[in-house]
Amino acid sequence: MSGTPATATRSQPAGQDVAPGPATAVRLRGLRRTFGTRHVLDGVDLDIARGEFVALLGASGTGKTTLLRILGALDGHDAGTVLVPKARTVVFQEPRLIPSKRVLANVTVALPRGARTRETGLRALREVGLESHAKAWPATLSGGEAQRVALARALVREPELLLLDEPFAALDALTRLRMQDLVGELCRVHRPAVLLVTHDVDEAVRLADRVAVLRDGRLVTDEQITIDRPRDTADPRFAALRTRLLTDLGVHPVSPKELPA
Amino acid sequence: MSLLASSADTRATGLIELPARTARPRRRGSGLALRIAGPVVLVLGWLWASASGTLSPALLSSPGQVLDALRELWSSGQLGDALSVSLTRAGLGLALGATAGLVLGVLTGFSRLGEELLDSSVQLLRTIPFLSLVPLFMVWFGIGETARVVLIAVATSFPMYVSSSGGVRNTDRKLVEAVRSFGMGRLALVREVVLPGALPALLSGLRLSMTLSVIALIAAEEINSTAGIGYLMATAQEYSRTDILTVCILIYALIGLAADGTVRLLERLLMPWRTQGVRR
Ligand SMILES: Nc1ncnc2c1ncn2[C@@H]1O[C@H](COP(=O)(O)OP(=O)(O)OP(=O)(O)O)[C@@H](O)[C@H]1O
Ligand SMILES: [Mg+2]
Repeated sequence: MSGTPATATRSQPAGQDVAPGPATAVRLRGLRRTFGTRHVLDGVDLDIARGEFVALLGASGTGKTTLLRILGALDGHDAGTVLVPKARTVVFQEPRLIPSKRVLANVTVALPRGARTRETGLRALREVGLESHAKAWPATLSGGEAQRVALARALVREPELLLLDEPFAALDALTRLRMQDLVGELCRVHRPAVLLVTHDVDEAVRLADRVAVLRDGRLVTDEQITIDRPRDTADPRFAALRTRLLTDLGVHPVSPKELPA
Repeated sequence: MSLLASSADTRATGLIELPARTARPRRRGSGLALRIAGPVVLVLGWLWASASGTLSPALLSSPGQVLDALRELWSSGQLGDALSVSLTRAGLGLALGATAGLVLGVLTGFSRLGEELLDSSVQLLRTIPFLSLVPLFMVWFGIGETARVVLIAVATSFPMYVSSSGGVRNTDRKLVEAVRSFGMGRLALVREVVLPGALPALLSGLRLSMTLSVIALIAAEEINSTAGIGYLMATAQEYSRTDILTVCILIYALIGLAADGTVRLLERLLMPWRTQGVRR
């Protein structure tokens, strides 16, 4: 790895490569991860500020989950720099609740036992609207409820970095919209830095402060979303951004001359 | 690399730097060398104790004497004969016992009716120490090979039964439900989903059964036998030949080791999906 790989439209605070300040939550430089001989991630540069909500888009198999797992220290990288805050939590695509623990115990898992933990756990459940299910077994929850428990479990730890790997992908459209609102609201309240991996361009544009597209092992797009909230899909700027992102994802081959080489 | 934040920066910002994966190309032999190290140290200690006179030859022969005894037994053909007789007994008993345990275990693990019918009786029989059955088996089957093989089979069937019924019962129900919806019959379901899922349990059951088969073999060969390792040991005991006794004990140990290696190999061959762990 030599020099600074040029990355498209970086919109990070003022200077290009200032040392990470107190406002930085994540810094990736020249990140590489190789499976066998294939470089799945090859020169990813990304900064996330504290409290910033970044959505990461990418076609299937481009390495989004791999990137997220590296940030969560669930997987290692082969080259480059990875700076992350200490308190990180992950919500996976499936809820991954422990079937032998009741809902509340799942939320407070690995936290010190005691009345205070119980109270914070219940508060987190209240925030996701499941306080009445505190004593239920995970197997009795619906998909959306289980995912909300997983969200409460991630938030109860007051993370500085919240990693979301397609957390709504398995939910029905209605629940998904509700969950998106819930996540947006909870992130506004708790202000963690958020990396949301998703396939859904609308979801990314609705929720994020910034959106990045991963292709061929690097970020080909990384731009601030300036549309005012609440964001409406009918907004022409929304539609324009959506079209641009879909093109970056290689989905909208409008006319041959617009196709990426 | 100018981009790397120094550790001072890192501390000031409250961020931590995650270490890159260090490629650790473990040399192929190193695992094997570590495994062998333990036994080698034991043998060296034995050598030293015999040579320095700490260990009297009347109690335990020196490694050299044991090696001589081994050579003598081998060249006279006694050892080969004994080994083949004993291994046949143990193998036959294990095959019968493990199969019976597996079939019963799958039946009780997979079907409610099977469990209600069988489980309590098998659990009842399981609590009987198999050594106490020796006299009864001698009455039933005489003092021939049958009694010995049946004794080994009985002893080895129980661990296999317990492991396989537990393993089968723990099959992922969602998976069963999913393939059932594709119209898979019960037999195919057991063969293609349930058994592969229960393989880790089955193999640990097999491991326990193999250990028991050697123990049961020793017990079985005390039944008035005229061939086999146990017979060799009984004769050696009469003449206080600690060298031959040691050879026999070492052979039992080697049989155990070989059994363990077999299961390891089976694990690798039968469960290729486990070595390429995808954790998601
Ligand atoms: N443990 C592994 N061994 C080998 N290859 C792997 C492994 N994990 C991931 N890969 C490969 O790395 C690539 C990226 O995988 P990853 O799961 O990050 O994709 P993704 O962008 O999250 O895709 P999706 O949107 O479908 O979830 C894939 O092509 C996959 O085959
Ligand atoms: Mg993924």
